[in-house]
Amino acid sequence: MSAEHQATDDPVALADQVIEMVRAKAAHAEAEVTVRTGTEALTRFAGSFIHQNVAGEKSHIGLRISLAGQTTSASLDGQPSNDALGRLIDGALETARVLPTDPDWPGLAPVAAAPDPAHWDDATADASPDERARRVADFVAAGDGLETAGSCVTNATSAAFANSAGQRLSGRTTVAALDGIARTGTSDGSARGAAAGLGELDGRALGERAARKARDAADATDLAPGRYEVVLEPSCVANLLQFLFVYGFNGRAVEEGRSFVQLGQAQFDSAIALRDEATDRGTVGLAFDVEGTPKRSLDVVRDGVTAGVLHTRRTAAKAGTKSTGHAVEGATEWGALPENIVLKPGGRSPEELLAAVERGLLVTDFWYTRILDPRTQVVTGLTRNGVWLVEGGRIGRAVSNLRFTQSFLEALAPGAVRGVGSDQSLLLGGFGGTYLVPSLHLASWNFTGGAQG
Amino acid sequence: MYDTAAAAVEAALAAGARYADARVMQIRSEAMAARNGVLESTERDERAGVGVRALIGSSWGFYAVPDEGRAAARRAGEQAAAVARASTRVPGRALDLAPQAPAVGSWSSECREDPWAVTLAEKGDQLETATRTMKEHGADIAEASHRVWDTRKWLVSSEGSRVDQHIVECGAAMSATAVGERETQRRSYPGIRGQYGTRGWELVRELDLAGNAARIAEEARALLTAPECPALEATDLILGSEQMALQIHESVGHAVELDRILGWEAAFAGTSWLDLAQMGSLRFGSELMNITADATLPGALGSFGYDDEGTPAQPVDIVREGTWVGVLSGRDSAALAGISSGGAVRADGFDRIPMVRMTNVGLLPGPDSLDSMIAATDDGVLMDTNRSWSIDDKRLNFQFGCEIGWEIKGGQRGRLLRNPTYTGISPRFWGAMDMLSGPSEWTFWGTPNCGKGQPMQVGHTGHPAVPARFRGIRVGVRG
Repeated sequence: MSAEHQATDDPVALADQVIEMVRAKAAHAEAEVTVRTGTEALTRFAGSFIHQNVAGEKSHIGLRISLAGQTTSASLDGQPSNDALGRLIDGALETARVLPTDPDWPGLAPVAAAPDPAHWDDATADASPDERARRVADFVAAGDGLETAGSCVTNATSAAFANSAGQRLSGRTTVAALDGIARTGTSDGSARGAAAGLGELDGRALGERAARKARDAADATDLAPGRYEVVLEPSCVANLLQFLFVYGFNGRAVEEGRSFVQLGQAQFDSAIALRDEATDRGTVGLAFDVEGTPKRSLDVVRDGVTAGVLHTRRTAAKAGTKSTGHAVEGATEWGALPENIVLKPGGRSPEELLAAVERGLLVTDFWYTRILDPRTQVVTGLTRNGVWLVEGGRIGRAVSNLRFTQSFLEALAPGAVRGVGSDQSLLLGGFGGTYLVPSLHLASWNFTGGAQG
Repeated sequence: MYDTAAAAVEAALAAGARYADARVMQIRSEAMAARNGVLESTERDERAGVGVRALIGSSWGFYAVPDEGRAAARRAGEQAAAVARASTRVPGRALDLAPQAPAVGSWSSECREDPWAVTLAEKGDQLETATRTMKEHGADIAEASHRVWDTRKWLVSSEGSRVDQHIVECGAAMSATAVGERETQRRSYPGIRGQYGTRGWELVRELDLAGNAARIAEEARALLTAPECPALEATDLILGSEQMALQIHESVGHAVELDRILGWEAAFAGTSWLDLAQMGSLRFGSELMNITADATLPGALGSFGYDDEGTPAQPVDIVREGTWVGVLSGRDSAALAGISSGGAVRADGFDRIPMVRMTNVGLLPGPDSLDSMIAATDDGVLMDTNRSWSIDDKRLNFQFGCEIGWEIKGGQRGRLLRNPTYTGISPRFWGAMDMLSGPSEWTFWGTPNCGKGQPMQVGHTGHPAVPARFRGIRVGVRG
């Protein structure tokens, strides 16, 4: 620590200190603060060697202040010395005083307890670069001569929230992930795992799976574009759900008419049960958001019927409801974002899903998916890391990557889901969220071109 | 701050590193956004600390601390060496950095009007006015925003480099969305990501958001009832310069990143269809295609004085008269390729490693104009302003959508078309380029959100571009 550092390293005490400092400078200000400290580390390998290896310490303070609706945010990633905190607060107050009143300022979160999801592992928080390198070495060795690439992550976050209305919350979470590919020269195969604890990740098993998939995917041949049944492995399912949440089950999108969501309507196949749940034992993360709202289990689709929408305090106030605890710092324009998506598993193993396919494709990963229209959920993207033709319930030849242009909403519409897998994988996704999802067997997927043209 | 960086380097060397460099970085940023006439968010952020790279054998380690003190810097240097030592458990082939004379100097971007001196009231009024105007002219959702970044950094390396830089970047964006019964239509100005540069507030004033607000709102509304872009297997396609910037970024810029070509991004961002053995002979596009990566262009978003290894900014030829001739590189990737560093390595903050990033990857102008292209086209489609972008992991197969299109018939711009998309394979597409606008239509587009790396870094890249025509392109792909 630098000599001038006077503030505490304890995030709870630091959050309290910031609120007290705001009170001393502006007694009537509404203020909320989130403090995050910890470590993040990522060991990256390519060409079967570690080529990038990073680690570091985090110290983040996010502050929002409202003076009778004149509202501003500020943050500091750096040492929280008393001088630095004073500058942060003075700057925010000075800014707020010259801003117009925000007519939609929803006020501060009331006092409410948050559950402890117990997503913490001491060994992961203390993981050394040697421990990450060992997982990588195991993955590389399991490639058995194939070129390998990927990453091993260990992050630990301690967080605290406090506001001037008396709400105080704290929590901590670890996350470990090992994600990699093996390469034959004509094909890639992938495997990945994530958990709260690094000890749950087996580098050798993941490396073997990636190598097996790469070899099975070798010497792929082209398949004519068109509509095919598909079995989507969990990473594809996670990708699909991200679009439904960000552009659909989002209070802001609903308010503005951009969402497909119609509450109470059977918009999905009856096999679909979808929720956001921070406390599920299989996931990771904190159980409160940056506005200090505790997260609760939130059903968004119940037996195919659209049942809920994610909210921040701002979108909830406009919709006449309560926040669901899905505000993310710096994401006001996006609205409410999911952090712990859970798709309920079904009763069939992935092998049983494949056995039910008449003529279709088994897809490992999606790549570079981009939305064409949020209302219709038409998305284009490509397959990656292994695609196979499945005929009469048997996996056949490997198929070259394909481009698709598909409505994700139609893909899960009533009657479109032929099976939900009993498997469940934890995956880390975009927007910092996590996905606990099974494989899916879908009736139709619109492949619009081969990746080679 | 040089002392802090030097302390980190000395600690890394003392801990066994054979090379080390350290960057102290201080980044101040401001973001303001309005929606539907209401100023919705104003945020000011500060990030400050030191990041250290250490090389042991052929293995790298990096460690960052959110602290500019010398004691913390020394700790970071020691930890960087420890991380590098762990990397030696899974080593690569022998690595020597491409030679680079130690750099000593200072550099600042040009800034005529200090963005921090413009009052928040004026900035907020501008955004509120623009969004109100869009609402009044048919937008269901009207959004406008500006961003300012002020970056100071000090680099010290164990080879004797000492470089400090001060870079001011700013820009603005706005969009109008019309919500229909079945779909939404959006028009953005000046582009989907706005417009940004290494310039002062004068850039934002030149954009004239208020003066363009009514037009884009009316266009968004009109698109709801416009006919859909026809599905055609092969037609003449004219792209406006904003979409050309995206086309260059995705299908050329990323493809010529040397780290991707070497496979360093294979598991995440992907590789490249380009093979180093073919550099100097491979045909990338038509003879009209001349691409440079030039970090020295005044005011462009990808400009700087030195990259984050201390290599001076320089222009690098990437494609010359259709032939692929160069790459974006840093000292380690360049060494493996047997070339000198192109000075294209940057980090987005103190807590991230420097990696190969685009500078200003742009297309040099040609002899034509947008008007002459339209006049020379009997049957085709004109598209502009990016709406969606998807490209495969080798940067070969792409499908891009634009916000707006126009039918071209008999050399005339005709009716509006909604949901225009096109698809292609990079070298075939670029090989089909037969007309290119001249210097008067050359725009230095700025992309402030280029994601790459693990942990993810957000890069600021520039893309000089002009309108161009392509023959025999598939358009109108839909689900």
